[in-house]
Amino acid sequence: MSKILYKEQLSNAVFLMRLDAPLIAEERKAGQFIILQVDEDYGERIPLTIADADTEEGSITIIFQVVGKTTDELSRMNVGDEIPVLVGPLGNATHIEKYGTVVCVGGGIGVAPMHPIAQAMKAAGNKVIIIMGARTKELIIMEEEMKKVADELIVVTDDGSYGRKGLVTEPLKEICERVPKPDMAIAIGPPIMMKFCALTTKPYKVYTEVSLNTIMVDGTGMCGGCRVNVGGEAKFVCVDGPEFDGHLVDFDNMMARLGEFKDIEHEKHECYVEALTEAKILEDESKEKKQ
Amino acid sequence: MTFIPPEILSEKAHSLFEQYAEKVSELKVKDRIKIPVQEMPSQDPKVRAHNLEEVAIGYTAEEAQIEAMRCIQCPTQNCVGDCPVNINVPLFIKFTAEGEFQQAVNVIKETSLLPSICGRVCPQETQCQLHCSVGKVFKTVDKSVSIGRLERFVADWEREQGKIEIPKVKPETGKKVAVVGSGPAGLVVAADVRREGHSVTIFEAFHKLGGVMRYGIPEFRLPNEIVDKEIETLEKMGVEIKTNFVVGKTRKLADLFAKDGYDAAFVGTGAGLPIFMGIDGENLIGVFSANEYLTRANLMRAFDREHADTPTYKSKVVAVLGGGNVAMDSARMALRLGAEKVYVVYRRTEKEMPARNEEIAHAKEEGVEFLFLQNAKRVLGDDKSRVIGLECLRYELGEPDKSGRRRPVAIEGSEFVLDVDTVIVAIGNNSNPLISATTPEIKTNRWGNIIVNEDQKTSMDKVYAGGDIVLGAATVILAMGEGRKAAASINELLAKEIAEGK
Repeated sequence: MSKILYKEQLSNAVFLMRLDAPLIAEERKAGQFIILQVDEDYGERIPLTIADADTEEGSITIIFQVVGKTTDELSRMNVGDEIPVLVGPLGNATHIEKYGTVVCVGGGIGVAPMHPIAQAMKAAGNKVIIIMGARTKELIIMEEEMKKVADELIVVTDDGSYGRKGLVTEPLKEICERVPKPDMAIAIGPPIMMKFCALTTKPYKVYTEVSLNTIMVDGTGMCGGCRVNVGGEAKFVCVDGPEFDGHLVDFDNMMARLGEFKDIEHEKHECYVEALTEAKILEDESKEKKQ
Repeated sequence: MTFIPPEILSEKAHSLFEQYAEKVSELKVKDRIKIPVQEMPSQDPKVRAHNLEEVAIGYTAEEAQIEAMRCIQCPTQNCVGDCPVNINVPLFIKFTAEGEFQQAVNVIKETSLLPSICGRVCPQETQCQLHCSVGKVFKTVDKSVSIGRLERFVADWEREQGKIEIPKVKPETGKKVAVVGSGPAGLVVAADVRREGHSVTIFEAFHKLGGVMRYGIPEFRLPNEIVDKEIETLEKMGVEIKTNFVVGKTRKLADLFAKDGYDAAFVGTGAGLPIFMGIDGENLIGVFSANEYLTRANLMRAFDREHADTPTYKSKVVAVLGGGNVAMDSARMALRLGAEKVYVVYRRTEKEMPARNEEIAHAKEEGVEFLFLQNAKRVLGDDKSRVIGLECLRYELGEPDKSGRRRPVAIEGSEFVLDVDTVIVAIGNNSNPLISATTPEIKTNRWGNIIVNEDQKTSMDKVYAGGDIVLGAATVILAMGEGRKAAASINELLAKEIAEGK
C-alpha cells in the first residue's frame, strides 16, 4: 500500500503524483521503474518509470498519461488515497559516467524519466544537451526543471505551437553533424520516436540508449512477456533492461507486441467508459431529482 | 482411464464398506489385496473442461476407509523411505482405515506441514506409491495404495471440520529471520522457524502469497482457498508478511542484516525465468511462456473476464510445447479460457513425458490432443506479426542419452504446418536471477542455481536456500523437504547463538 501525497494535473491527460514509498525512494536510481495495481484482486500490473525521489519525505514521483483503464482509474485517485500495490524499484539503473557531451531526447511524458538521468549525467561532469518534444504546447512538461539541468535546451512541437516546429529528430540530426559530434545520446519517449532517434544517430555512429516500456506482468523476470529482440537475441526488459542499445533493438517487433491485447483492451475500455458515462448520467439525474 | 461418475464410485464403495467396516482389524492380506482400487471421483470431463472448479472432487469417507484397507501394513515400508519428508504412511493409513481421521492427519503433520497441498500435487507414482508392496503384487504402480488421495482426504477432512490446530509457538527468543519467497519452501521454513519462538517475516514480490502454488498451479488442480488456509495458519502463529517486496531490489539481502537487524535468512525464490525454444518467430504476438499464460489466468484472475483488468489472448487453436506438468496445466487452462482445440507437442513419446500420469490422463479426457515425436521448428506469423501457424518436424527415437531416455532424432524433410493462433512454451525455467545478481556473496552454479551445503547453507554467512532456486525446476514436496532441512539448520544456528549469549 502506498499513499498518494501529492497530485498535479500537468496537462489534459498527464498527471504527476508523489507516492509514499520510503524504501523505494532510498534504493532507486535513475532509469528504474515501479509496477503498480489500482485493485489488489482484479487490477492489472503496469510499469511506470520513477521520475524522481525524495528520501527525506520518503516519496517517489511518477508521471503518467491516461492511456487505458488503469491509468484512468489512477488519475481519478486523490491525495490521501492508497494505491494497493506498488513494487520496486525494478530494472537496472542507467549507466552514468563522464562521456563528454550527452544528448538527452525526451518525447511527450518521456521527459519525466529523462529528468533524473539528465541530472545524473550533468553531475558526472557531462555537457548535457536536452531536446524536448511534444505534439503541441499544451503537452510540454517540466520545461523549467530541464532548463536548470541543460547546457543547451531545444524545445520542439509537432504543430509549432511552441518552440521550434518539427520532430525531435531534426535538431538531433543537426547536433550529430556538429564537430565534435556528441559522445552519446539517450532517447526516452514513444516507441516510434525512439526508433527514429536511433535511426538518426546510427549513420553518425553516436551510441544511443533507449528506455523501453513494454507489456509486463511480474517485472522480475518471471513471465517473459516483456521480451524484445536486441541484436537478434531475446532480452527481458524487466531484468536485462529497461535500457538497451537503440541501434540493436527491433522496434517494429516491439511495437507490434505492444499491441498484443489492443483489441481486447479497446473493447474493455469502451465498456468501462460506457459504465462511467452511465454512472454520471444516473448521478446527474438523481441530482436533478433532488433539486 | 474412462470417466466414472462420482455417484457410481460412491455406491460401489458403500457396498464394500458394509461388507468390511465391522472387521477391519481381522482383514488378512489376501482379503486386503482383493479390494479394488478406489478411483478418484472427479467432475465430468465435458463439464470441467470449461470451468475452473477443482477437477478431482476427493474421496468420500467410505471411499477413503476402503482404500486405506488395501494397505497390508507390510514391514518393508518403502513408502516412508520414498517420501521426501518421510511421512509415517502405514500408520496414517491404518488410522484412516479405522475411521480415526484426526489421528491420521496428526501423524502426517508430524513431518509434513501442507498435506492438503501435497495430497493434490505430489507426484506419488514416482515417490511413495512407486515401491508399494500392494502395487508390486499386481506388478503395476497403478494398483498401489492411493496414498496421495488418502493424504488429501484426511487433510481436507480436518479443514472442513474447522479443526485445524494452530501449531504451538515457543516463547519469543528475540531472534529475527527473513524468509524470501512464499512458495512451498518458504512457507515451511516460516512455520518451522516460528515454532521455535523466533520472529519470522516472509517477503513476497507479488501481491499474493503462495509462489508457484498461486501463480502457476491452476485453481482446477489446487484451489486458492487451500493455499489461503495454510497462510492463515502461519499468520495465526504470528508470522509477519510483507508483500510487494522484492528482496534484492526493494532492499538488498545484506541490508536485511545490516539495516533491519535480521539474524538469519532463507532464500526460496524459485525457478522463475522462462526458457524459450530459441526458434524463429518466437517473439510474434500470440507466443507466451507458460509462466506468463498461467500467471495471467491464475494470479491476475484473467479467467474472470468480466472483472479482471488483465487480459488473456483470444485463442482458437493452441499449441503447447513441452511435456511436463506445467505443459499439462497450460493446455488445460487454454481449454478453460475458451480455446476450441489444444495440442501438446512433445518430441519424445508418452512414456518419456515427465508430467504426472494423472495430469496426462485428465488432459486427454478433457480433449487435449497429444502430438508425440514432433517438435516445433519455427512459428509463422502474418503481416501484423500475429501467429498463424507452427512449423513442426517429426522425430524418431534414437540411442539412449545420458538420462537413459532414448534421444529423439529429427526426421529430415518431415516438416509440416500446424494451424494454430497461439503457442505456449512450457519447456522449463532457469533460476530467478534477482537475488544472485544483487548479492555477490551468494555463489551460484552455471545454471544460476544457488549452491548450498548439506545443511542448505549458502556461501553467504547466515543465509540458507532451498526449493527450485537450488534444485532447478522440481516439485512442491522436494521444495518442502529442503525447507524443513533449512529450517532445522537455522533453528540450530540461532539456538547456538542464544546459548552463547549472542
